[in-house]
Amino acid sequence: MLGYIDKIQEISERLLKDGSVDMIIGFRKGTVPLMNEPCFIKDPADVKTLVWDSNCGINLANYLTGRKEKVGIIAKGCDTRNIVTHIIEKNIDRDQLTVIGVPCKGMVDRHKVASLVDGEITDVVESEDAILVKSGNSQKELKKSDVLQQNCSVCVHRNPVICDEMAADAVDEQTGIDRFAEVSKVESMDTDEKWQYFEDLLAPCIRCYACRNACPLCYCPTCFVDENRPQWVGKTLDPTDTRTFHFLRAYHCAGRCTDCGACVRACPMNIDVRAFTKKLEKDVFELYGWEAGLSLDERPPLDTFKPDDPEEFVK
Amino acid sequence: MEHMGIEPGRIHFSWISSAESTKFVKVVTDITESVKALGPNKHFVKQDAKVA
Repeated sequence: MLGYIDKIQEISERLLKDGSVDMIIGFRKGTVPLMNEPCFIKDPADVKTLVWDSNCGINLANYLTGRKEKVGIIAKGCDTRNIVTHIIEKNIDRDQLTVIGVPCKGMVDRHKVASLVDGEITDVVESEDAILVKSGNSQKELKKSDVLQQNCSVCVHRNPVICDEMAADAVDEQTGIDRFAEVSKVESMDTDEKWQYFEDLLAPCIRCYACRNACPLCYCPTCFVDENRPQWVGKTLDPTDTRTFHFLRAYHCAGRCTDCGACVRACPMNIDVRAFTKKLEKDVFELYGWEAGLSLDERPPLDTFKPDDPEEFVK
Repeated sequence: MEHMGIEPGRIHFSWISSAESTKFVKVVTDITESVKALGPNKHFVKQDAKVA
């Protein structure tokens, strides 16, 4: 995965030079370890700042909403699925886009790494299968497969769904994994245990809305939590308000969420917000056989009507 | 909602035409019975701030 960058830079430089795009959206090295930051490159001379490693977990599709210029975007499997969703939802035109697809082997979970080392992480050196984490005077080598983001470890769409250029050969998709194992675990609990599970899950939430801001699906001009007239949801840290925010946000992502993990990655409190979205992803998959963002030609199940739509819940 | 720990039987969905008065009565009766059986709702209840 580390070797992709030469090709990414080469493609980006070429696209900018020949005028097929006005801008490349990619990653540059972040100011703190494990956190690469999105960057917008307009000058071919700047493509050298682009990086690619296992810290590119942010979903760049988030930066496409409403763009007018021709954009080149560097996209992992999940990012391309969100780009497809963006195109379907008419946030951007397919013709405006040049997708530089990057086959992905999973991103590193910064929260998990931080929990495995003492002190503040000062530097991280990555090799193909491992990362060397330095903190203070000590250093520790971790296997990448042990510190992958949870959503990456159950990902079955690592390769780009749509792309105009590929930065590398496609990688093997993971098979034989139960990607809804976490949801099944909650489903098997009884009612009170479920309530308590989500109560504990959300207890640290500070309502910073980082999960919403990082999410490419959350592009409403005014989010329901920010609206004052009418005020849909309480703005306090009361557990009822917090939970209302989280479950309503998840509902807005139903049938659209690609489980890219941007929400969890962005969360400063390390809350697994995916506990909500993953359940809806499972429901939509089981009820409609739908996985978001796989095709430009099919409308999502929640904006179409079919006579055989399941409706057992309606009495 | 049930996945989140709301008791099964507390939330109901129904599609009733304005011409289906008997269905409306039946649905409301059923819902009332089923919710009564569960007792008062404990969740999604915000306590009012205590005032001295």
